[in-house]
Amino acid sequence: MMKVKLNIDGQAVSVREGSTVLQAIEKAGRYVPTLCHDPALKPFGACRLCIVEIKGMRGLPTSCTTPAQEGMVVSTETEEIRRMRRTIVELAIANHPYECLLCNKSQDCELLKVARYVGVDPESIGRLRRRTRKRPPDRSNPAFDFEPDKCILCGKCVRRCDEVVGVGAIDFCQRGYDTMISPFGNKPLAKSICQSCGECVEHCPTGALVPKRLLIPEREIETICPYCGVGCSIHLGIRAGRIVRVRGDEKSPVNRGELCVKGRYGLDFVHHKDRLTRPLIRREGVPKDVSVFDIEKVFREVSWNEALERVAQSIDKTLNHHGHDAIGLLSSAKCTNEENYVFQKFARAVLGTNNVDHCARLCHASTVAAALAAFGDGAMSNSISDIDQAEVLFVIGSNTTECHPIIGRKIRRAVKHNGAKLIVADPRRIELCDIAEVHLDHLPGTDAALLNGMMRQIVEENLQDKTFIAERCEEFEPFLESLKQYDLKTVEALTGVSGERIRQSAILFGKAKKAIVLYGMGITQHTTGTDNAKTVANLLMLTGNLGRRGTGFSPLRGQNNVQGACDMGALPVVYPGYQRVDDPQVREKFEKAWRTKLSERPGLTITEMIQAAYEGQLKALYVMGENPMLSEPDLDHAREALSRLELLIVQDIFFTETAQLADVILPAASFAEKDGTFTNTERRVQLVRKALETPGEANLDSEIIAKISKRLGYPMDYPSSAEIMDEIGRLTPIYGGINHDRLNRSGVQWPCWDRKHPGTPILHKGQFTRGRGKFHVVHDRPPAELPTFAYPLLLTTGRILEHWHTGSMSHRSHVLETLVPESHVEINPADASRLGIVEGDVVSLSSRRGAVQTKVRKTHRVRPGQAFMAFHWREAPANRLTNPAFDPQAKIPEFKVSSINAILTVLERSAEDNRFLTALAENPAGVLASYDLTPEHRKALVEGDIASIEKWVGPLEERLQVWLKARLKQEKISEKLASRV
Amino acid sequence: MEQAIYAELPEEGRSEIEDLFNEMRKEFKGRPEELIPMLQRAQRRLGFLPEQAMLEIARITRLSAARVFGTATFYAQFRFQPVGKYIVRVCRGTACHVKGSDRLLETIVGYLHAVPGQMTPDGLFTIETVACFGSCALAPVMVINDSVYGSLNRSRALKLLGEIRNSFPLPKLASLP
Repeated sequence: MMKVKLNIDGQAVSVREGSTVLQAIEKAGRYVPTLCHDPALKPFGACRLCIVEIKGMRGLPTSCTTPAQEGMVVSTETEEIRRMRRTIVELAIANHPYECLLCNKSQDCELLKVARYVGVDPESIGRLRRRTRKRPPDRSNPAFDFEPDKCILCGKCVRRCDEVVGVGAIDFCQRGYDTMISPFGNKPLAKSICQSCGECVEHCPTGALVPKRLLIPEREIETICPYCGVGCSIHLGIRAGRIVRVRGDEKSPVNRGELCVKGRYGLDFVHHKDRLTRPLIRREGVPKDVSVFDIEKVFREVSWNEALERVAQSIDKTLNHHGHDAIGLLSSAKCTNEENYVFQKFARAVLGTNNVDHCARLCHASTVAAALAAFGDGAMSNSISDIDQAEVLFVIGSNTTECHPIIGRKIRRAVKHNGAKLIVADPRRIELCDIAEVHLDHLPGTDAALLNGMMRQIVEENLQDKTFIAERCEEFEPFLESLKQYDLKTVEALTGVSGERIRQSAILFGKAKKAIVLYGMGITQHTTGTDNAKTVANLLMLTGNLGRRGTGFSPLRGQNNVQGACDMGALPVVYPGYQRVDDPQVREKFEKAWRTKLSERPGLTITEMIQAAYEGQLKALYVMGENPMLSEPDLDHAREALSRLELLIVQDIFFTETAQLADVILPAASFAEKDGTFTNTERRVQLVRKALETPGEANLDSEIIAKISKRLGYPMDYPSSAEIMDEIGRLTPIYGGINHDRLNRSGVQWPCWDRKHPGTPILHKGQFTRGRGKFHVVHDRPPAELPTFAYPLLLTTGRILEHWHTGSMSHRSHVLETLVPESHVEINPADASRLGIVEGDVVSLSSRRGAVQTKVRKTHRVRPGQAFMAFHWREAPANRLTNPAFDPQAKIPEFKVSSINAILTVLERSAEDNRFLTALAENPAGVLASYDLTPEHRKALVEGDIASIEKWVGPLEERLQVWLKARLKQEKISEKLASRV
Repeated sequence: MEQAIYAELPEEGRSEIEDLFNEMRKEFKGRPEELIPMLQRAQRRLGFLPEQAMLEIARITRLSAARVFGTATFYAQFRFQPVGKYIVRVCRGTACHVKGSDRLLETIVGYLHAVPGQMTPDGLFTIETVACFGSCALAPVMVINDSVYGSLNRSRALKLLGEIRNSFPLPKLASLP
């Protein structure tokens, strides 16, 4: 990199070529005031405060927009500059409200700081001051307020939203004196496309954008956000034992100070009044099937001593009566690595069973299985930062901007600023489609066919990486042979995507020197999940996009520590570090370390445990920080299964839907109350630090387990979580070099073999973990359930930006719950009009397994014949509908495809006791043909005469009357009837 | 919060907007620099820029809707309210001012019950002011659509507007707001 030398106020300084004069000034340790400058954004030059004098240049250029050149002689302050700066500041503050004492931002106000530095003349301000304009503040957003009168139009908010976040919710509007920052159409922020991430608020230099209920924290604790798998570093601002502010850590290599709405405004759940603070035991004789309206009536508060004694005795009884494998344990992807380690050790060493699993079973179990088979490592191969380097990004089955917002932003920036090309494959028209080169809207469950079709095109165009395949992979021939049947015509028919677009994306992907495939649940949550993930692996090996910067296999992990929970062996077939339980050598190592005999039998997965409980083989279940009663498919079945258990222990921070069925509930600690580590989606092990004390008598998860373990005769004494990590390091080669002291700055990416090893940002460099990369022959198989006449809509489930999984955290956050308080189902306007449904109607969705009621949102995001619903709501649990059929290899259920029927709820209610209405709802025209109607009835139906129909079928609700009228009109019954009569 | 300044296109204008954008997709490549020509094209056809038009242009150019709105509101040439059949522009230039255009405007505002920038409730007139038409010799000047009327006084202006209004049947009382 070339350097240029400058002279700043007589001081020599050298900066990289391409730097600005302002950067040189900063490097020289000088200060020039600025208001619109933000190092993360492109130079803007709006405030004019950073003007300097440069020898030989005309006028006073703004240093933030002037490129540094060799030999420049710069003066940062002269009498003239001082005078001009003063006038600029005077103009900026002349009409600014003088209420700094009352303004929440005063402490951080840059305008105030600059005004003090520059020094203003009250007299000239008096001259410049016009009558103060009163523009009403926008208080519509639940997280922050906008006060236009305090805005100085520096544009940082506009540019942050556009350049960094990529949303572009606001911009300058009007002109001249009337210029202001506004969302589209001068609407309130709450009605705009603003995603409430608060990037603008964080960087507003004045009090124009301020968080609601702002308190200045007394201290800050650096830790990791507990929501998604991106693993953003955050600073928790603590005051009087409460989190009062959250800000991103600028130094973190993961998020560089950015946060989404959940991370910034969604952490107040920690202080919610619903937090469990004392152990609870189900009262004697209260059956499992009662709905819990009043916790007091069903459960009684007990001391820790009583609760632990009860747990220990019951576990002991189960072990004695039914054997070791009659007990199952669900670990938690929300807990730390240390807790997961202790939990699975408890299962294996104390209870003698491998029946330990966690919710990775429901999200990326298929990825782990496929990647282990293809590469030898079940994780994301590269780092998040590789997105910046890639030429082509292929996002399949991931609504990244909503589910992994910070990665979503990286993708957007890569496309907008680095010129990367984006291919999106998703049945829905997700946000990323707006910037995509190609959108492949294939039918749910046809991913393998789509990818095979693309690969065949790549081979036909001779775009495969022959050296890579020859030198680093195996079993290519049979795979190549298997592609033969996926010609464009066939694939077009299978996927519903035009051959031209498949070909276009294949060529795009094949020609790229560096390409990444990012995927999510759209690939994995299928009965063909493992196969789908294997096709992704095939595609990457075929094009040689592995083991280099800017390439890679990128499954985006859902939970904050789901990667870690897998690494820690909270899986039924492996010990920590993916060491198989049926490998005698490995078992011996662990038996020696844990000083006990271990079971050689692989355990049950979550899905199998539920089934075993249903069939009565599993007698006890210990659930730590999971909520299967919302996350399992076919909830009615799962509810019955869990009710049949003799013992259900739930350890959680809230009274979840699962806890309602529990026998013992143990109050645990939230992320902010403990030390430990989380491992994010790019395998980065990061430190979580304790910021608060646990509320009431709630206790740390690892301590609760240690206490139970002690009562069962296996003491586990860990003075702190750092010691647990040391033990993990000793037994887990991939974590071999990791200890808490090393993680203080930005964490370490595993595999990290020893203390000197720097960590591994890119896997499979030069060689795959398993030696050679293995191609798998994968053929397309249809989903387990396809739409039928009775269930004509195809439902996919997923998440939305504002909520998180089963919502036990996000529903208890004020901002998140205010933003999206209720559930909805997305259906295509064409389907809606066919069903006579309008926006906001309450509909009943039913599948072969259950029914839920929710509001309708009409949108072109879903294709006709499809519906989408998020599974966050206990009032409308989408998982009552989903299909428990699972992938035979990874045992992951098919959440993404189930067939459902939608019907207006008022109609369903009325139809329940009226067969005629039922028939009418299903097929209005058919009714006339199949029912023997009197002429009056016939006339009433043809004319849509509601009053007469009511006389006949009983009073109809108002919405139903409107529906019936529209429906009769739409079916053109009169014409059909006339032609028959 | 302030009232939204854009208006939605009435139901019957829907197909018109669809036609327009079908044509526009052929005419334009969707490059960001085509934004202003696209806005002009839409306004020429629709008379003003309804919300859907701006959203559609944002989609075609892949600019944010807020940017399209910001750009449109920057220029005086763009309107966000429907315009009347007749656009009455009153010159407020120096010469016209000396010749009493302020009183002329006042009279017209009083007669039409609409302020500059607004459309009359019957949808017939929109009043606008202009800095100078360059026809100072004819001051005070008023322009109705493309016809220029010079050397006006209040009674002549009222007579002109009255003739236009009378050429349309009176709306039924019930449909008045």
